[in-house]
Amino acid sequence: MNLSFHRKAVNAVMLCLTGVCTAVAVGLLFFILGYLFVQGGFSLNLDFFTKLPAPVGEMGGGMANALIGSAKVLLLATCIGVPIGFLAGIYLAEYAGGAYASIIRFVTDLLNGVPSIIIGIFVYTMVIANGGGFSTYAGGLALSIMMIPIALRSTEEFLRSVPGSLREGAMALGATKSRTIASVVVPAAIRGLISGMMLNLARVAGETAPLLFTAYGNQFWSPGWKQPTATLPAMVYAYAVSPYPDWHRQAWAAGFVLLTMVLLINVTARTIVSSGFSHKQK
Amino acid sequence: MSPQMSPDIVNGMSSNKEAAESTTPTVTGAPPKLRSTNLNFFYGAFQALHGISLDVFASKVTAFIGPSGCGKSTFLRTLNRMNETVKGSRAVGEILLDSENILEMEVSQLRRRVGMVFQRPNPFPKSIYDNIAYGPRINGMIKRGDMDQHVEKSLRRAALWEEVKDKLHKSAFDLSGGQQQRLCIARALAVEPEVLLLDEPCSALDPIATAKIEELLFHLKDNCTVVIVTHNMQQAARVADFTGFFLMGKLIEFDSTEVIFKTPKVKATEDYITGRFG
Repeated sequence: MNLSFHRKAVNAVMLCLTGVCTAVAVGLLFFILGYLFVQGGFSLNLDFFTKLPAPVGEMGGGMANALIGSAKVLLLATCIGVPIGFLAGIYLAEYAGGAYASIIRFVTDLLNGVPSIIIGIFVYTMVIANGGGFSTYAGGLALSIMMIPIALRSTEEFLRSVPGSLREGAMALGATKSRTIASVVVPAAIRGLISGMMLNLARVAGETAPLLFTAYGNQFWSPGWKQPTATLPAMVYAYAVSPYPDWHRQAWAAGFVLLTMVLLINVTARTIVSSGFSHKQK
Repeated sequence: MSPQMSPDIVNGMSSNKEAAESTTPTVTGAPPKLRSTNLNFFYGAFQALHGISLDVFASKVTAFIGPSGCGKSTFLRTLNRMNETVKGSRAVGEILLDSENILEMEVSQLRRRVGMVFQRPNPFPKSIYDNIAYGPRINGMIKRGDMDQHVEKSLRRAALWEEVKDKLHKSAFDLSGGQQQRLCIARALAVEPEVLLLDEPCSALDPIATAKIEELLFHLKDNCTVVIVTHNMQQAARVADFTGFFLMGKLIEFDSTEVIFKTPKVKATEDYITGRFG
C-alpha cells in the first residue's frame, strides 16, 4: 500500500514537472511574440514600411530601407547558397557512397556548426579588408555560406526519402541516372525540397552577426549591390543599444516584423509539405 | 560491369557444367530471343548464380520458379542488368539478346529493349498519362502530337484503358493496387520493348487482380517475349510455355511447362512441384 502510494506520488510529480517544462517551451514563443507586439506593435504603422529612418532627435520615420536591404541580401544569399547546396545534396544522396559520403556529411555538419560571427569575420577578411568595402554583396555572400550546409543536408534528406523503387522504375525504362534524378527523383521530392529551402531562408533571415561586418548598415537607401545596406536584424541591434526611447520602440517593431515574417515562412513551408503527394503506395 | 573471366572462376564453373548441359530445352523452333551461356553472378564474394545456360524463345512466356533465395530473381534482373545497381556485384558469362551480348551493350539502350515490371507497383508520383508517356519521352520515341494515341494504345495493351480513360490526368496513386500494377505494365509496354521481364508481379495483389494480369500476359506474348519470376507454381503452370526450376543458384531443370509439371526429369524438381519442400 505504502509502496504503491510512493510510486503514484513519484509519477504525479514527474508528470507535473515534464508538463510544466513543455508548457514553458511552447509558451516561450507566444510570450516572445506577445512581448514584441506589446513593446513595438504600437510603433508599427505605414511609415515603418515606407519611410527612411528619422534623423536623431526627430520622432517617427521608418525602416523601409532595411526591409528592402534585408530582402536583397536574402535574395542574393539564396541565389548563391541554395543552388550550391542543392546540387551538392544531389551528389551526396545519389552518387557519393560509403566512407566518402560520411566524410562529406561530417564536414558539412562542421560547416553548419561554425558560429555565424566567424563566417562574418571570414567574409570581412576575404572581401572587405581586401578592398571590397561593406556592401550588399558581402552580406549576401556571408549568409549564403550559412545556407549551403543546411540546403545540402535537407536536399539529401528529402531525396533519400524517395523510394528506390521509383529510381528502378525509371532506369528500367531506359533512363540514365542523371535523367532519373532530374525527371523522377527531384519531382517526387519537390515539395520537401521547396519547404526545406524556405526553412533555410527563415533561419538565416534573422542572422545578425555576419551582417554587422559585411552589409554593415545604412541610414539611407542603398542603390545597387555595392554599397553598405541597412538590414532588419542589424537595425534591431543598432536601435536597441541606442539611448533614445523612440528608437527602442522602433527596434521592437522591427523585431516583431522580423519574427512575424520568419513564422509566416515556417508555416507556409510546413503547409507545402503536409499537403503534398505522399510517396506511400497501395 | 565488364565480364572478365579469372582462371579460378572458370575452374569454379566446371563443376556446374553437367547441370547446365542437362537442362537444354527440348522444344526448339525459331532461334532464341535470349540465350544465356554459363552465366555466373556474384554479390561481392557470394556467388548467387552458378553457370546458368538457357534459351528464352520469342513470343513465348517463360517462367522461373523455385524457393526463396534460389536466384530466380537475380537471374531475371541480370537480363536487363538491374542488378548492377548493387555495389560489388558482377556478372560473368554471356547473355545474347538476338546476337548481341547484353553484358557489353549500352545499358540504357538494353533496358529500352528489355523492359521490367517489379514486385510491388511503383508508379511515379505523376498523372496516369505522364506515367505512360515517361518512357517514350525520355527515349524520344514519339512525336508530341502522337502521344495521346500512343498512351491510349499502351493502356489498351495492358487492359487498363476502359478503367482510366476518364481520369488520365489524375494521380496514378488514386488507382487500386492491381490497376497500379497494370499501369506499370502499360508504362513498360509504352517503350515497345522486345522482352518484358516481370519479377513476381502479382505477389502484392489479390486473386482477382492476379487473374487479370495473368490473362493480360497471355495476350502480350503476341508481340513481346515475356519472362516471369513467380513463387506461385500454379501461376507458372497457368501462364508459361516454358518453365525453369532454380535451386540454390543453379538452374536444375528447364523445359516446356508441361514436361516440368507432369514428367520432370530431375528428382529435386519433382519434389518441389509436389510440395515436398520450398
